[in-house]
Amino acid sequence: MILRELSNAIGVSSDEGPVRQIILDAIRDHVDDIRIDALGNVLAVRRGTGQVDLRVMAAAHMDEVGMMVIGFDSDGGIRFREVGGLDARILPGARVLVGPDRIPGVIQWVPIHQNTDNKTVPIERLRIDIGAANREAAQGAVEPGDLIAFDTQFAELGPTVRGKAFDDRAGCASLIALVQGDPFPFDLHVAFTVQEEVGLRGAGVAANAIRPDVAFVLETTACHDLPEDPDEPDQTTITQLGGGPAITVADRSMISDPRLVRHLVRVGEAEGIPHQFRSPQHAGGTDAGAIHRTRAGVPSVVVANPCRYIHGPYSILSLSDFENQSRLLRAAWMALTPSVMER
Amino acid sequence: MPLDLKEHIKHLSELAAPAGHEGAACDAIRAAWAGLADHFEVDGLGNLIATKTGSGPEPRRKVMLCAHMDEIGLIVAEIRAGFIRAGMLGGIDARVLLSQPVLVHGQRPLPGVFGAAPPHMARNRTEYPTLDELWIDVGLPHEDVTALVRVGDVITFDAPAIELKGDRLAGKSFDNRVSVAAITVCLEELATRQHAWDVVAVASVQEEVGSHGAIAAAYRVQPDIAIAIDGTFAAQAGANDDETFKLGDGPTLGRGPNFHPLLFKHAREVAKAEEFKHQIEVLPGNSGTDAWLIQVSREGVPSLLFSIPMRNMHTPVEVVDVRDVRRTGRWMAALIAGMGPSFLDEIAWPETAREEGEA
Repeated sequence: MILRELSNAIGVSSDEGPVRQIILDAIRDHVDDIRIDALGNVLAVRRGTGQVDLRVMAAAHMDEVGMMVIGFDSDGGIRFREVGGLDARILPGARVLVGPDRIPGVIQWVPIHQNTDNKTVPIERLRIDIGAANREAAQGAVEPGDLIAFDTQFAELGPTVRGKAFDDRAGCASLIALVQGDPFPFDLHVAFTVQEEVGLRGAGVAANAIRPDVAFVLETTACHDLPEDPDEPDQTTITQLGGGPAITVADRSMISDPRLVRHLVRVGEAEGIPHQFRSPQHAGGTDAGAIHRTRAGVPSVVVANPCRYIHGPYSILSLSDFENQSRLLRAAWMALTPSVMER
Repeated sequence: MPLDLKEHIKHLSELAAPAGHEGAACDAIRAAWAGLADHFEVDGLGNLIATKTGSGPEPRRKVMLCAHMDEIGLIVAEIRAGFIRAGMLGGIDARVLLSQPVLVHGQRPLPGVFGAAPPHMARNRTEYPTLDELWIDVGLPHEDVTALVRVGDVITFDAPAIELKGDRLAGKSFDNRVSVAAITVCLEELATRQHAWDVVAVASVQEEVGSHGAIAAAYRVQPDIAIAIDGTFAAQAGANDDETFKLGDGPTLGRGPNFHPLLFKHAREVAKAEEFKHQIEVLPGNSGTDAWLIQVSREGVPSLLFSIPMRNMHTPVEVVDVRDVRRTGRWMAALIAGMGPSFLDEIAWPETAREEGEA
């Protein structure tokens, strides 16, 4: 399963190399005009049958959230900061891999016997232990600026899988599957983007190069369908795991093009492909936020895999949602014509 | 074949055996000690008691080595909509649970994770959720979960031991499996050294919930001297320097009312003579270990405590220096090998001798 390979690969924003390599190997035989742009985005064209005259862009981001080394303590402890959105509450006791040599480390935690304060310890006060006996030993092993990733191995739980970086390796895996399948009526311009997690940096550049008429973003989104918290009864679940891929109508970064939303729903209903809507109450943003504002504007829509505990070391994804993400998009693309975009 | 101590510790660490459910640890430790002791028994509470017979004339004195084999863990308390709510087995620190991977030991071990709201979702990120606000997600539909899991099944951290730089390891349950490993080192040393006393190695149960195992074991063994081995706090950022010891600078020897002062003195002299790196841990009251209960077993037992410094105690990433574990085992072996048949006289209260001299 390429999802396993992609999830285990390490590609914190700005160092997406290992993920890029897996993707290049997977799509090379199925695309033309493959290239890596100035920022590191993978751009390629899946040639279509030529029946439909539309420039269609499909994007998924390669990067994942992580951390970065910023300094050292005299006892060898490593100081660090987040790269992308991290909840500091998930860090105590986490296992990480530091720098290009993937040096194993653990995030320290003062034992409960010595401190029972329940206030969140900010990331500035947390330290990583790689076993360095002192500052010199730590400095000899890693450098400031080295990236830090969660040390997590993918696991199949049954109808679901557990692992890191499903945001957005699941989207990457779906896009790979779509490219590897039969051609579409139009040329599909694919972009595997960099640096989504630090501000949608890669996608805008990619869209500038592609100049699409419409764009589809394959994402992975939050899912909070745990038993209700009595203190927050109005909490939205955002999505439901197993409810099918989630169509975004709006988020903090954009309003999806209603024509594309309508098309996806119509096709999903006609083909019996499960789908749901991601709650617009939930903030967050995706590459579509950058793409839709590119050049003279690009009608865009997002189709996302629901994922519990996203941006953490162990997130959970439904395999049926994941499979239906590419099913829904394939069906929608086979039926996509310029008339869909008529006002 | 000589013991590969790192591998031994990793093996012991990865066993799933929380307080009250030590069966897996008991079997593994018995297997590890198979060639190193002469006689094994398991008592009513589940303590593993291994005896290595000494060379002295009968009736032989007995020294008991006691390291608890249980770990802190969790227990299934409720299943709701396919999610599992957990209760504690021992001093779990709920602040490290968010996004931690676990194994739910149902009909088969189910990998899961402690549920966390995503960062841009949670309204309150200023405090850690408490245990009753957390849910374990095993990624299965409700029907499957209820078929495979029931209330009372145990839950452990899914935390393979890893090697850090130097001689350090990180993993779960180092509290207190590293002390079990120190006993293994001691027994292996004693295989090639003569010792007059019987050595009774105990892997005790239920320390994390109140040293229940040690009470029963001490009663059964009736030792003349007892040595408990446990973890202690290693220096780390944010911890109080007065209560911590340097990782890699050797085990600590406890000093305080829990320990026989002359036995303490003797043990310290052994360390000095043999040049074992060590530190002294001052414990003005309850040591919080099996030693506290063993000391007052039956008519009283002269007791000692060796402790192995570790960071991040009671988390899935406890960190130890393997050299400290080896030193603990060798130190105990040197101490025991030096105990002649009349060693108890050497640690007799000075006033006793005077009383007897006057009689």
